[in-house]
Amino acid sequence: MTANHEHYHHPETERHSAARTKAIESLLLEKGIIGSDTVDKVITFFETDMGPLNGAKVVARAWTEPQFREWLLRDSTAAVASMGFFGAEGEHIRVVANEPGVHHLIVCTLCSCYPWPLLGLPPYWFKDPVYRARAAIEPRAVLREFGLDIPAGTEIRVWDSSAQIRYMVLPERPAGTAGMSMAELVPLVTPGSMQGIELARPVAST
Amino acid sequence: MEPSRSLIDDLPADQAPPRANGEMVFAEPWEARAFGIALALSADGHYEWESFRQSLIRSIGRWESAHAVEDAGWSYYERWLEALENMLAECELVVPGELDQRTEEFTRRARDEAF
Repeated sequence: MTANHEHYHHPETERHSAARTKAIESLLLEKGIIGSDTVDKVITFFETDMGPLNGAKVVARAWTEPQFREWLLRDSTAAVASMGFFGAEGEHIRVVANEPGVHHLIVCTLCSCYPWPLLGLPPYWFKDPVYRARAAIEPRAVLREFGLDIPAGTEIRVWDSSAQIRYMVLPERPAGTAGMSMAELVPLVTPGSMQGIELARPVAST
Repeated sequence: MEPSRSLIDDLPADQAPPRANGEMVFAEPWEARAFGIALALSADGHYEWESFRQSLIRSIGRWESAHAVEDAGWSYYERWLEALENMLAECELVVPGELDQRTEEFTRRARDEAF
């Protein structure tokens, strides 16, 4: 269920998939359908430039600029695009805000839709059939397994990205962060807090 | 995604390198290649991204209707690869048989191109 949930993949199947993928790339290159460096460019881009740091910047800004927060919740796609975050799987983004009494969680029950420009590629557990099957049905139990206890009086809303919309959670700003700058706030915004499986990191008590 | 625009052009490029959740996004090199090929074909206009997504949903749905939800044989990127193969056939980017033949050539090492 959690990130530790491991699957065993038969080496034979892995070898076959690797050979089949090579065969596809080899044929497409030979036919001139894809360029010799196109696939490399795509992979490099996703491995280096796209990731949850983008989403963290959006969250930190929403915490510090009420006007931006209002725009973000009203028209998320436009608000995040203004920060340069758009492109594949970012066409229709909706940011939902945690608040006292309401906690949000994201899932894609049918496949793996995820706001790539803000969070990068989804982690393993997000794509797992077990999470996808259970998140909408028993979110409280699922969150507990992730180590997050949501009080009984707090409503949990689960957002299924299987339509055209990719959701992201705006976590609540941790206590004791008044006066902190964007640069200080960004590290508090964990990927999990934008998926809804945890809260933003509390400030280390000194 | 508009086919006329390159995927890379559409995406921001000024961010510091993060890792997705601090964990490896791809467990095996072929997963990254299969991922990249599917996106590249969409970016070059061979199909709409939404068509690929629907193909992926069908592939995942077929697996899930044939297996228990906790089945340890689950592999996301195998479903992704199947979705990609189906798109290649649907868009007639490969002809029937040639993919099997080339896979076999790689398997018995008659070919050994590295990507």
